Amino acid sequence: METILEFQNVSYAYHTLDGETPALSHISFSVKKGEFIAIVGPSGCGKSTLLSLIAGLLQPEEGQILIHGKSVELRNANIGYMLQKDHLFEWRSIYRNIILGLEIQHKLNNHTKEKANELLATYGLQNFAKAKPSELSGGMRQRAALIRTLVLDPDLLLLDEPFSALDYQTRLTVGDDIGQIIRKEKKTAILVTHDLSEAVSLGDRVIVLSARPASIQQTIPLHFDMQEDTPLLRRNTPEFKTYFNLVWRELNGSE
Amino acid sequence: MEVNEMSVKQQEFLKGRQKHRTIVSVFRVLILLLFFILWEISSATGLIDSFIFSSPSKIVRCFWNMVCDRSIFLHVGVTVYETIVSFLLVIFIALLCAVLLWFSPKLSEIMEPYLVVLNSLPKSALAPLLIVWLGATQTTIIVSGMSVAIFGSILSLYTSFHTVDQEKIKLIYTLHGTKFHALTKVVIPHSIPAIISNMKVNIGLCLVGVIIGEFLAARNGLGYLIIYSSQVFKLDWLLMAIVLLCILAMFLYACINLLEKLYLGKRHS
Repeated sequence: METILEFQNVSYAYHTLDGETPALSHISFSVKKGEFIAIVGPSGCGKSTLLSLIAGLLQPEEGQILIHGKSVELRNANIGYMLQKDHLFEWRSIYRNIILGLEIQHKLNNHTKEKANELLATYGLQNFAKAKPSELSGGMRQRAALIRTLVLDPDLLLLDEPFSALDYQTRLTVGDDIGQIIRKEKKTAILVTHDLSEAVSLGDRVIVLSARPASIQQTIPLHFDMQEDTPLLRRNTPEFKTYFNLVWRELNGSE
Repeated sequence: MEVNEMSVKQQEFLKGRQKHRTIVSVFRVLILLLFFILWEISSATGLIDSFIFSSPSKIVRCFWNMVCDRSIFLHVGVTVYETIVSFLLVIFIALLCAVLLWFSPKLSEIMEPYLVVLNSLPKSALAPLLIVWLGATQTTIIVSGMSVAIFGSILSLYTSFHTVDQEKIKLIYTLHGTKFHALTKVVIPHSIPAIISNMKVNIGLCLVGVIIGEFLAARNGLGYLIIYSSQVFKLDWLLMAIVLLCILAMFLYACINLLEKLYLGKRHS
């Protein structure tokens, strides 16, 4: 399988007047096309920094990040980023929120507009195209935020604790929902979370980071022997518990 | 909801609110009427000197005379014109400066102490200077109107630009947008309510500045009327001009309110 993303010995530190805070230390891993990677780590260990580096919002201080074998250049790497909150703009309708990225990248044409409408229809939001974000439930808002990202057809999808702003029950269903959408669209995704069960239920592989400065503590590949593999169904399998405990031990061993 | 679907408690609540609103409006009007009636009576009975304090009837008569000789339209018109021109210039320049400051954190840090000082400076101190520099012209009056509002306006717009959720700006960058996109797609739309409330403050401040300017450098306008009438002891004119200023201030504020309603209506439709 084609490698989409490659981290080569990447380090990053934040600088303030009070001093230097190392966030990431010598991180190397790679992601293949169609893979779903879940990254877990203690809170404040630099998980979000990792995503900002991939998205090109920050530049690594050491090492290299390659996308399709080329160094990350913010403007041409086609990366979608889903933030913790949906950040739908209240002054725009759902439809106009969804085409925000197209608008910014000057890709608004009949073809992409059609695609936006298709995605809205596929994921049950066509009746809300003209609605204001505040008229939607938390789960629907998160879907809309995902569509805003998907409509740009990203090669790589970054998810920064995208369900953490939701209550527990919604979180399970939305996690299931979004997970299935990403599988269905055959997207490569990297999910950052502090919720271990979320990581195990969604990922193909779990990367456990150590406390700050984060380095890779362990990589755990996940195999579920299931007919129909969905995040919610995974939670009922015996493997789920085993993997959960494995990740749990790795995380606590690092502290 | 239909009326017949409403519970008794809900109806009682609505009735209570209605009663509250009626009381508020009745008392508002009552205070005004009472004030004018007391003023009229005490000046008619000689309780206060009607030469110095005038009276509502004298003010109305004076107003009517000036309507007949059309001079009032000139004075009010000139003041309104100067206020609106300085208001529009303030909005335009303040927005431009706030955007520039937002674009360049360096520039905003450099300019901050100057803006703070200029904002706290009593602007009436500038008016005599403006006359020397610009002459006793309408330009002076317009600039004087602007000087009262502009610095505070820049500061408050800039502050509101900075209250934007940084994550929303990050979203623009994750969609591969530029700082310009962050401005047009997030910062400006987010700041529209702040811009409108800023306009509400500015229209009043511009009027203040224009009147100060007219005190010193005008041949007509309400400020000129006030200064002139105080010098020739025509207190009817002076008080009429003040009443007109009250009405004018209310009217200008109401215009901005209308603008806000139109905007909000559009946003919610």
